Amino acid sequence: MSTQSAFLAAMLTPDAPIPEGLLAPRGRPAGNRFSVYRNNVAVSLTEALEQTFPVLRALVGAEFFSAMAGIFLRAHPPQTPVLAGYGAAMPGFLESFDPVAGLPYLPDVARLELAIGAAYHAADATPVAPETLARIDPVAFLGARLTLAPALRLIRSDWPVATIWHAHQEPALPEAANLPEGPQDTLITRPAFDPRVHRLPTGGGGFVAALIADQPLGVAAEAAPEGFDLGAVLRLLLAEGAITAITTGESL
Amino acid sequence: MFDAPRNPGLPALSGVGYKPQHYAQILADPGPVAWLEIHAENYMGAGGRPLAQLRALAARFPISVHGVGLSIGGEAPLDPEHLARLKHLLGWLKPASFSEHLAWSTHEGAFFNDLLPLPYTAATLARVCRHIDQVQETLGCRMLLENPSTYLAFAETEMDEVTFLTEISRRTGCGLLLDVNNVHVSATNQQTDATSYIDAFPLERVAEIHLGGHQAQTDDAGEALLIDSHDAEVADPVWALYAHTIARGGPRPTLIERDAEIPPWPDLAAEAEQAAQILAAATARELPA
Repeated sequence: MSTQSAFLAAMLTPDAPIPEGLLAPRGRPAGNRFSVYRNNVAVSLTEALEQTFPVLRALVGAEFFSAMAGIFLRAHPPQTPVLAGYGAAMPGFLESFDPVAGLPYLPDVARLELAIGAAYHAADATPVAPETLARIDPVAFLGARLTLAPALRLIRSDWPVATIWHAHQEPALPEAANLPEGPQDTLITRPAFDPRVHRLPTGGGGFVAALIADQPLGVAAEAAPEGFDLGAVLRLLLAEGAITAITTGESL
Repeated sequence: MFDAPRNPGLPALSGVGYKPQHYAQILADPGPVAWLEIHAENYMGAGGRPLAQLRALAARFPISVHGVGLSIGGEAPLDPEHLARLKHLLGWLKPASFSEHLAWSTHEGAFFNDLLPLPYTAATLARVCRHIDQVQETLGCRMLLENPSTYLAFAETEMDEVTFLTEISRRTGCGLLLDVNNVHVSATNQQTDATSYIDAFPLERVAEIHLGGHQAQTDDAGEALLIDSHDAEVADPVWALYAHTIARGGPRPTLIERDAEIPPWPDLAAEAEQAAQILAAATARELPA
């Protein structure tokens, strides 16, 4: 084993013996001096996870989160020095982490928080003016395709994750007191620099997913259930600066 | 040796490590702060607030890009993707300086977000020089290499740290970043003399100085163990060592480095002012009478 492999193996295993050849002054064994590195690695990566997953941490409690992060970071150390996206493996980890088996919505909460982080760092884009859509000829409207902002994210969940997320913001929404059951689709937008989290109305998730897949408006709307308010979702996308281009057969 | 072109360089004045919570105050009144340093890895996203703030700051201040993830001391080859990200950042930002650490942090594809130590041997010297050659050739500019803070020593070490760093700079043409707090921390931890370290250091190769805070602990034997935590004010012995360094080597761009327990802007600016006064006195001495 190379020197650095041995160093790391001992560093990542809390009670492992310290590698040979590491010394304190006057040739004494390194002892707890080696623990400084152990501690630095665990603390800095746990802090990175705390920054990415504040709601997940609130849901399981700070102490539990810290212990869980210690297990996670050893199983899934970062694959790049850019830590902004660290924790991409967290949803899958949570799905198979027995102690949280009773909280089946946690993986989707983690997906939502990863999506918020991705939106924060996403490329900038200039949105179309809100009145652009109204200028489209009604005949061309159904054939129009929307280009969505790079920061836009959609999280489709069997759990009410938008409501759970909002319940852990300051100030919490009044509806958070009565946690609804059932699936929710969540839209993340970034009109300026701060990501915003929106619960989509029923049918909104399928509609936005179709737009992301570059389906024309008419095709995206067909998939939506009876009573789906297409206008409300389009107004939301426009108001949040989430549409960067509208393509029709004609020029606008 | 790759004859790397030099970056414009930082002014021999005070700078601070940029923290987003100080953004508005820095733009409104930077006080004694003449330049800013960023951690490269925090500005590698595609867009959003971090890059927008950096663009605005770079229009006003010389920027020093300080990498914490290149793992120059690693046994593994440098990560070509990370080098490409650095090249992209340096390409659009055109910073005044780029620096990295004599340390390793990546092994077998995993990144551990700490500056881990290496023994000073002929073999590690050759490896570090190869990596620095590769960095300077890829980035197309000279880099600075920072002395580490250390908590332990390697039995296999063959040469002292100053000899090791001097030889790296001589072979690769890289400049040196002298972290005076790291000198104090390591000398305390290794029970060596910090002033002798400074007196042996090739100050003519130093293009930047770091001043940070540390925490005092003890090891198993009850002996002093200082932790390079960057979460406190610069300590008095470090200020004294800094004044000695400047008196011996002349004024150098000097950074107040704070990465945790971030203080209000006026407190950070006050530490930058303290460095600025030491620099101003040294500059006055250098001017012909």
